[in-house]
Amino acid sequence: MEQHFTIPKFRLPGFVAAIGRKLPQWPHGLALVAGLNAVLKMKLLPADDLVALEGKHFRVSVHDTGGIASFTYRDGLFRPLFSSKGEPDLAFAAHLSAYLQLLSRQEDPDTLFFNRELEITGDTELGLLVKNLLDAVEWPKLPAFPKLPLPHR
Amino acid sequence: MSSKLPDLVCPAGSLPALKAAVDHGADAVYLGFKNDTNARNFAGLNFDPKAMREGIRYAHDKGREILLAINTFPQPGRVGDWQYTVDAAVDLGVDAIILADVGLLDYASHKHPQQRLHLSVQGSATSYEAINFCQREFGIRRAVLPRVLTLAQVEHVIKHTTVEIEVFGFGSLCVMNEGRCWLSSYACGESPNTVGACSPAKYVKWDKQPGRMDTRLNGILIDRFNDDEPAGYPTLCKGRFEVQGETYYALEEPTSLNVLELLPEIIKIGVAAIKVEGRQRSPAYVTQVTRTLRAALDSLRDGNDRYHVKPAWQAELAKVSEGSQATLGAYNRPWR
Repeated sequence: MEQHFTIPKFRLPGFVAAIGRKLPQWPHGLALVAGLNAVLKMKLLPADDLVALEGKHFRVSVHDTGGIASFTYRDGLFRPLFSSKGEPDLAFAAHLSAYLQLLSRQEDPDTLFFNRELEITGDTELGLLVKNLLDAVEWPKLPAFPKLPLPHR
Repeated sequence: MSSKLPDLVCPAGSLPALKAAVDHGADAVYLGFKNDTNARNFAGLNFDPKAMREGIRYAHDKGREILLAINTFPQPGRVGDWQYTVDAAVDLGVDAIILADVGLLDYASHKHPQQRLHLSVQGSATSYEAINFCQREFGIRRAVLPRVLTLAQVEHVIKHTTVEIEVFGFGSLCVMNEGRCWLSSYACGESPNTVGACSPAKYVKWDKQPGRMDTRLNGILIDRFNDDEPAGYPTLCKGRFEVQGETYYALEEPTSLNVLELLPEIIKIGVAAIKVEGRQRSPAYVTQVTRTLRAALDSLRDGNDRYHVKPAWQAELAKVSEGSQATLGAYNRPWR
């Protein structure tokens, strides 16, 4: 089997989360929403399925950074929620490495869930939809690194 | 000794998963439409006609096959929806349609006599008599066996039929009473046969409490996991129940089938195709399982003599297994 660059399972030291929890949380929400809206703009998510996200409150927590992002989807755009009231409709919680492994398609969300490395709480059907929407995204291929001429010996 | 290798049939719930299967060595990929005509009818999963066309083109360009699962049972008053789906599959040019319902097999074999038809595992044919019946009446070319048979029983079936036999090689196990299981309906009134989903997500609640997680299906507590315990799919058959004062997996444990150890025997008895479960899983899973089984099968290309299961293969498959444990399922059970 060919070898690829892999993201190992790791845990950031405890003090990172201790500090992270004390920092303002809105930048996380803003950053995540910007990313999601970029995906929308590239029309990588099917419009039919997005209807089910309308007005829902999502929360993504990263255990070992202490970061929490709350956001919603309304009128065709993801929007950060600066003051989240009540329980979200759907919440994901995991360590940073699990999210990175998920996003890089290195690990399967069900695998992480079975191994208790990914928590999904709230509306399970909404969770399944979000998971499947992300799985179905055909990420544009990154341009290959230009081949550099080998140095002359 | 050199035998023909069985086809490796891999699952896809999305275009990226289909491409992953093709790129990593699947001979055929099976998929379903985005509706209740297939038994993995989950939100956001499966193929609309546009994605299906692209997937078929991608697979055919690389010389691989597309098998389309229409493996639920037409519901009262809606038979036309299933028949329409059969017609659509033929129009799209899939290599075979996997059907479970005899009425639909009858329809497809009369309306599209040239179309290759497979009998789905949901058709629940465990005997060569049932398979030969479907061959005689509907011209099926392949049957997928339910996961209840021992290897000796599979061999017995193969010896008595000219229909190709497909068996499961990897994936989550359930009580394996495929096509006849109503446990999901018992808990929530819906089951794979009727709505295309076992334990539909809208009935599932993961309730996180400090130190544990409760799983509820339509309000019924079906399992409780400590934080250090692996979890499984939220189906009734994999719940823990109190039976005569003891709480345990009374029906089936969350576990996965893994036939790596048995591959030489599976090839020897003449199995035509090995199927991987998991259309609901991600492209990452499809990649991992496909490349592992491809490597194992390829190592058998020149005969069985020097076959040994590499620890790296087992590690890769163990990682994606439900319940993080793998078994040989019924294949090596002493009972019949």
